[in-house]
Amino acid sequence: MSVDAATVKRVAHLSRIAVDDADVPKLQGELNAILGFVEQLNEVNVSGVEPMTSVTPMVMKKRQDIVNDGEIASEIVANAPASEDDYFMVPKVIE
Amino acid sequence: MFSDIPVTDLTRLTLTEARDGLKAKQFSATELTKAHIAAVEQARALNAYVLETPEHALKQAAASDERLAKGEAGPLEGLPLGIKDLFATKGVRTTACSRILGNFVPPYESTVSSQLWRDGAVMLGKLNNDEFAMGSSNETSAFGPVVNPWRRQGSNVGAGAAGAIEGNHLVPGGSSGGSAAAVAAHLCLAATATDTGGSIRQPAAFTGTVGIKPTYGRCSRWGIVAFASSLDQAGPIGKTVRDTAVMLRSMAGHDPKDTTSVDMTVPDYEASVGRSVKGMRIGIPKEYRLEGLNAEIDALWQQGIDWLRAAGAEIVEISLPHSKYALPAYYIVAPAEASSNLARYDGVRYGLREQGRDIIEMYEKTRAAGFGAEVKRRIMIGTYVLSSGYYDAYYLRAQKVRTLIKRDFEAVYDQGIDAVLTPATPSSAFGIGEKGSADPVEMYLNDVFTVTVNMAGLPGIAVPAGLDSQGLPLGLQLIGRPFDEETLFSLGQVIEEAAGRFPVGERWWA
Repeated sequence: MSVDAATVKRVAHLSRIAVDDADVPKLQGELNAILGFVEQLNEVNVSGVEPMTSVTPMVMKKRQDIVNDGEIASEIVANAPASEDDYFMVPKVIE
Repeated sequence: MFSDIPVTDLTRLTLTEARDGLKAKQFSATELTKAHIAAVEQARALNAYVLETPEHALKQAAASDERLAKGEAGPLEGLPLGIKDLFATKGVRTTACSRILGNFVPPYESTVSSQLWRDGAVMLGKLNNDEFAMGSSNETSAFGPVVNPWRRQGSNVGAGAAGAIEGNHLVPGGSSGGSAAAVAAHLCLAATATDTGGSIRQPAAFTGTVGIKPTYGRCSRWGIVAFASSLDQAGPIGKTVRDTAVMLRSMAGHDPKDTTSVDMTVPDYEASVGRSVKGMRIGIPKEYRLEGLNAEIDALWQQGIDWLRAAGAEIVEISLPHSKYALPAYYIVAPAEASSNLARYDGVRYGLREQGRDIIEMYEKTRAAGFGAEVKRRIMIGTYVLSSGYYDAYYLRAQKVRTLIKRDFEAVYDQGIDAVLTPATPSSAFGIGEKGSADPVEMYLNDVFTVTVNMAGLPGIAVPAGLDSQGLPLGLQLIGRPFDEETLFSLGQVIEEAAGRFPVGERWWA
């Protein structure tokens, strides 16, 4: 399978990465090189094989449902590009 | 052994020699740390450190000297280390070498690094790496490439004017290129690193250092910037097998904050260094004898076989039939996980923000400006293979292939194989700008021998084993059973003793 220019733009948008039209052909070539490389997986007979979900067989640990952290709002917003009164500030989302 | 060592030469000690010297009071932690701080300052042209923390280091060293005086020394007391910039360090800038993290200062400490400080270690600073650990040459770092302290025989590389490097230097490998270069150039006694497809073992091989990626689950991933969560593992790069054994004991261990970290006792790995390998069965996978394999690599591999046989191990040819599919499967699984993990960099909670007309444009412009080309490519590939209509054909198929790769190893271990011996890399270090500029896959092929280990979650160690005709180091890789890092340390020591060590001689950059 290979991707066309429209697919590159669609994937860029799904990835939330702005891509200039001028950069699309180069990106398309690179993505197709990678997709061409992974094509060889089609040679493998995978019928009846379970997809891997965990390399180490283990039971998922569950922590107790108790509050053990918090009250550190100012630390949490300390690295934010914009914050006010311990809230993250973003462009207006709802009109 | 340590008497009359000039202060500058303290950096030439191995981690365990320095530990023993501190205990014998031949020098102080402060002296040892000062020697390293000076070496780091003189090596800025190598670009191994992206942040130096000398005051922090001296404060820790002074505290270590107090504990040493009181006889309360921890296992790493007073030993200066470098930390890959993927590990969150409380109050110390952590960027994953990406513009998108900007001046991120974590209010928390990664579990692995916190265990090093618990055991008395000293932090010299943060080490360069490929952006978000995506790369095999350290060329994708937002801080620029790292210079390998090794040079080809007769190369034009040297220290130029104004502290710059002149000539066409070699890459140190990646993604833990800063870690490997810093250890090789004596800019720390050992370093932390991470390995998703070969990022500890390949740079170790390129710099004549030792690197071990432990079994998935051995080290906590908590507080390490995530790339591909089902593959990422932390591990050390050191000057000797013994040094990495000591480091791993401190780094490993159960952490309730990482549900994939295993609740198993961490052995005293150092005790396995020097243990007999007599009677061990070593598998040689025929599928790794790639068509067109470099003759020098092939000869080194044979040399490694001979060394292990001479030490009493039994050599057995084995088959790992799905090996060739590990790299293509990796380039589906790893980007898929990366596209999900890196969704958090959106210009809201930390790091860079570019303004946009609305929130979507803000996200898109922020991520376009903040991520480098390789990271963007991988996010886009990951997004594509997970997108509606393609998930089964790509991602699900790759995860099934991964099951087959793991079964290959299980089958040989069930036959009584104790470890597998392979080359670490298909070549020695290459020049900056030499690979991957036209086709990203050319760079990916660097990890052809290492990536199977991540796909199967196994431990793997790279040990330097010789020099090629250009005078550059080459490494061998040993792959172990799950959670049997001890066997790798025993076998790695046999190779180290047979091959000798490969320290960089001249400080040509200073």
